[in-house]
Amino acid sequence: MKLDEFFVTGDPLILGSQIAIGLTMVGLVVLITYLKKWKWLWNEWFTTVDHKKIGIMYIIAGVLMFFRGGVDGLMMKAQTSRPNMEFLDAQHYDEVFTTHGVVMILFMAMPLLIGIINVVMPLQIGARDVAFPKLNALSFWTFFVGAMLFNISFVIGGSPDAGWTSYFPLAGSEFSPDVGNNYYAIALQIAGVGTLASGINFIVTILKMRAPGMKLMKMPMFSWTTLVTSVLIVAAFPIFTVALALMTLDRIFGAHFFTVAGGGDPMLWLNLFWLWGHPEVYIVVLPAFGMFSEVIATFSRKNLFGYTAMVVSIVAIAFLSMLVWVHHFYTMGNSAAVNSVFSITTMMIAIPTGVKIFNWLFTMRKGRIKFTNAMLWALAFIPNFTIGGVTGVMLAMAAADYQYHNTLFLVAHFHYTLIPGVVFAVFAGLYYWWPKMFGFKLNEKIGKWHFWLFVIGFNLTFMPMFFVGLDGMSRRMYTYSESTGWGPLLGISAVGSLVLAAGFAALVYNIYWSFRYASRDIGGDPWDARTLEWATASPVQEYNFAITPQVTDHDEFWLMKKQGRNTIKKEDVKDIHMPSNSAIPIILSVAMGIVGFFLVFEWVTLAAIFSVLIIGGLIANSFDYDDGYHIPAKKVWETEQKWRGDL
Amino acid sequence: MASQTSTPLEYSTKQNEMNILGFWIFLGAEIVLFSTLFATYFVLEQSYAGGPTQSDLFILKDVLIETFLLLTSSFTMGLAIHQMRGNNKNAMLFWTVATLLLGLGFLYYEINEFNHYIHEGLTLQTSAFGSAFLTLLGTHGVHVALGIGWVIALIIQVVRRGITAVTARKFFIVSLYWHFLDVVWIFIFTFVYLKGLM
Amino acid sequence: MKRVRSVMKLFILFVATLALTACEPLTVFDPQGPVARNLSDLIIFSIIFMAVIVVTVYILFGIIVWKYREREDNKDYEPPYEEGSKALEVTWFIIPVIIVIALTIPTVITISDVEDIPEGYEDQEPLVIHVTSADWKWIFSYPEQDIETVNYINIPANRPIHFKMTSAGTMQSFWIPSLGGQKYTMANMQTQLYLVADREGEYIGRNTNFNGEGYAHMDFEVVAESPSKFNEWVDEVKNTANELTEEKYAEILQPTVIGRETYNGTHLQWIDHAHGGSEKYIDPEAYEGHLIENKKADDDSVTDSESNEKE
Repeated sequence: MKLDEFFVTGDPLILGSQIAIGLTMVGLVVLITYLKKWKWLWNEWFTTVDHKKIGIMYIIAGVLMFFRGGVDGLMMKAQTSRPNMEFLDAQHYDEVFTTHGVVMILFMAMPLLIGIINVVMPLQIGARDVAFPKLNALSFWTFFVGAMLFNISFVIGGSPDAGWTSYFPLAGSEFSPDVGNNYYAIALQIAGVGTLASGINFIVTILKMRAPGMKLMKMPMFSWTTLVTSVLIVAAFPIFTVALALMTLDRIFGAHFFTVAGGGDPMLWLNLFWLWGHPEVYIVVLPAFGMFSEVIATFSRKNLFGYTAMVVSIVAIAFLSMLVWVHHFYTMGNSAAVNSVFSITTMMIAIPTGVKIFNWLFTMRKGRIKFTNAMLWALAFIPNFTIGGVTGVMLAMAAADYQYHNTLFLVAHFHYTLIPGVVFAVFAGLYYWWPKMFGFKLNEKIGKWHFWLFVIGFNLTFMPMFFVGLDGMSRRMYTYSESTGWGPLLGISAVGSLVLAAGFAALVYNIYWSFRYASRDIGGDPWDARTLEWATASPVQEYNFAITPQVTDHDEFWLMKKQGRNTIKKEDVKDIHMPSNSAIPIILSVAMGIVGFFLVFEWVTLAAIFSVLIIGGLIANSFDYDDGYHIPAKKVWETEQKWRGDL
Repeated sequence: MASQTSTPLEYSTKQNEMNILGFWIFLGAEIVLFSTLFATYFVLEQSYAGGPTQSDLFILKDVLIETFLLLTSSFTMGLAIHQMRGNNKNAMLFWTVATLLLGLGFLYYEINEFNHYIHEGLTLQTSAFGSAFLTLLGTHGVHVALGIGWVIALIIQVVRRGITAVTARKFFIVSLYWHFLDVVWIFIFTFVYLKGLM
Repeated sequence: MKRVRSVMKLFILFVATLALTACEPLTVFDPQGPVARNLSDLIIFSIIFMAVIVVTVYILFGIIVWKYREREDNKDYEPPYEEGSKALEVTWFIIPVIIVIALTIPTVITISDVEDIPEGYEDQEPLVIHVTSADWKWIFSYPEQDIETVNYINIPANRPIHFKMTSAGTMQSFWIPSLGGQKYTMANMQTQLYLVADREGEYIGRNTNFNGEGYAHMDFEVVAESPSKFNEWVDEVKNTANELTEEKYAEILQPTVIGRETYNGTHLQWIDHAHGGSEKYIDPEAYEGHLIENKKADDDSVTDSESNEKE
């Protein structure tokens, strides 16, 4: 391959990014070297197995990816803001909407949620860490390496351009011979390994490591949603693993799973993709529901209304989510009977979801609602998500879907579910748990700017798309003529996206401002909250709990405070066993990244040679008998005294 | 050495319990993975695109030998675990090495089988049937190969450290993996070979 | 109260947008044939239910958030512990169940309806048109008339049209929103659609399923005219248009954006893509790199009327 084919050349926008990326990388390396932080980074972060630090790394990566996906979104909105815009050409636009979708779902929503789960869930159930700390680090690093591999595609070799769904035959080597779609197949495969490992890790953590007394039905709602999401991950991600592997075989090794020639079946890809893809939507939305449950209960100062119904609802949603995948292609020529069955299963999902909405509303009833930033996001979720929900029911009706399918109506619908459902939840979760992670609150006043700009911008951006869709505009069109009459509405939408971006900028500024100026003196429980994570210091001590708490009921920490049980005695404090840091996860993941990179360019021999690194990493791991270390009781007691103050 | 209580050694610590549960869940994911490959095969099993078909390719005798080798290896693996529970390190190692040899025998026959298919004109690129069949079979074969490497690593650890809570747990887990591959093979044998020859 | 005001603002925005577009009805709500009308009725029926749900949730939300907000004078109020309420929870379980059933019945009926010749037109023999989608154009074959068009069709109004659809490569979706719903076109497969235009007029059809660089330009024009005019058009084509050759056809199948074309004879004499053999025309090298320069949407097939007449 020639060098000029290797690097993407010729487009000023991309050239600018290449230079910017190069300079940023050099700048970062120089800065870290100058500050002599390499050792610190390696010891404290890159090799850490602490669930809180891993969670924070996930969140940082997720916010960065949010920025990248957001820029993609803005570029699309700019290109369609007026008829016949010439900002992006067709190829570039195709790449941008493909990466926007992939980045937002897999590299923004997933890591932000898994990050928050990592930080919060073990604390919520009173555990010292997750069940497999080293595997947890591997999860993070494979995700990170996958995300980076995916992101370099737009400067080296070219981005994938067949949509985030990468439908065959288009995504096959017959119609997309460039390397872009190899990036899709391989980067997502690497990241998928980590997600599956996270799923297994969280299930075992929740089943085996809950504090004594915490029966499953006494577990906080966020942990419940984590459990159900993890089960969905284990059930759905292997399907994606296989689908991507078959895609790789087709594209790189000339197999015929999904090709037009050789008897392959492109429809098989659609089925496999959505067998994973639909549960995936619920994998991201369920933990979000859990976050809203915690935030709404805390700031209404009430326990969750209808706890049992809430649990049953999430289990029902998870179960149904596996039975609806055909609704993504009602128009494939299925028989009327098939479409009818899937219409019904799809509409049935609305029932448990509705139950949840009403239970949240009634949690607030008779409460005392405090309008903190976290709570504002949870409140905004309800009316906005309701629009996403009812349009979802409309789309579920197969016959009517013949008129909505692949139009901007559909695009507006899923943005109305995923943005209020996931992004609002992540914001609520970040404002709520930020003090737990970093020891200071985010500023409430700047937060209000963030909130209003984002919510108004969101509605301005996506509400018009419902109407353009009903007027016959299909998704993924990079241009349209003036005579279509779509210009004004898409113009409003483009302006809305700028407001949305301003909201995101306000969040970034808020983080900066709060990091510099916010008060560090907030205690362990700044919100007067209800669950166990607030029984620790802010930021949390590395060992989480000096003494594993005894759980009696729901909202245990609330009860502890009521009953004055929130103290510890010196004689109860024992040595605490901790796992050691490990370099194996990062090394193994980087090795996977290298092999993946060679595979992308179809340099199979090199890939095979470097696979030895992966095997070596696995062997090294098998022979690793590190037993961890102990924090002496004396040191634990000192730490506890320091943050509790009154001991 | 740990006393002979009712809990086996591999379940003796909390971490061990969690690792074994985690591995069971991983096997759940593996079941989904192989189910997807089976489903793919069933969708494409008639798409020959002019290439060879099942009845052109399958030789029942070879497949039966493979089946015999793998089933026996699963049995010897069970014996190894039995000896491990009885804390007989040497007997345990003996049966493990037997398992290993049977596994290698299986791989040898499988590689021959692949050669035979290439010779008959069936490769990954021939047809959708070829892609689906060879991928299903190959995935199982790669699993067996990895299993062999894993068992070797564990033999070294047991020789070095003896039967401890940690090595016992690792060994128990690899035995679960090995039995799982056996079960998958039974499905391949039934739904791919027998069905294809009928 | 800020929240309530924001909800009001949203509502006003919603209505304003509606008003803005109301001067010209949205295509989906402006059906020009029985199939589209059937779908539009179903959609409006569902919107009424959805509006009721949205209004209920918004009112409840507004009342609860307003009434139980923290105020200066209720800082001492300690909210009660509430387990939940069987009666209430059963209520908001049952009502959605009823709504889902209410929506299911017309949906299932309509699903079967749109698969067949629309009601009232069963006694007419449908006009058969083979639709072949390719990168990035629509090819229409009239086997009975033995003519072929690219990127436009003329159809007789008030007569059912039977579209037999397939693709020469990538997957597309055939959609004429004014006349009815869409369906995928796939290589090695055939999908069907029955549509009727009960008014004469010109409608836009397009591909809604992304299939590469030229995707945005993949629309076509549908002209519904009286049967006599349609026959005139057929005669004219037969007298003036060039013969379709296999070479010419292979050239059409190249990944390009082209204007309208008209031919005598159909490609069905060489290949029906519904039954395989498309790979013969697919050349992966033709798909390498950048294929389409930035193209004005106005220049595309709909308004372009390149003719292919015999010299």
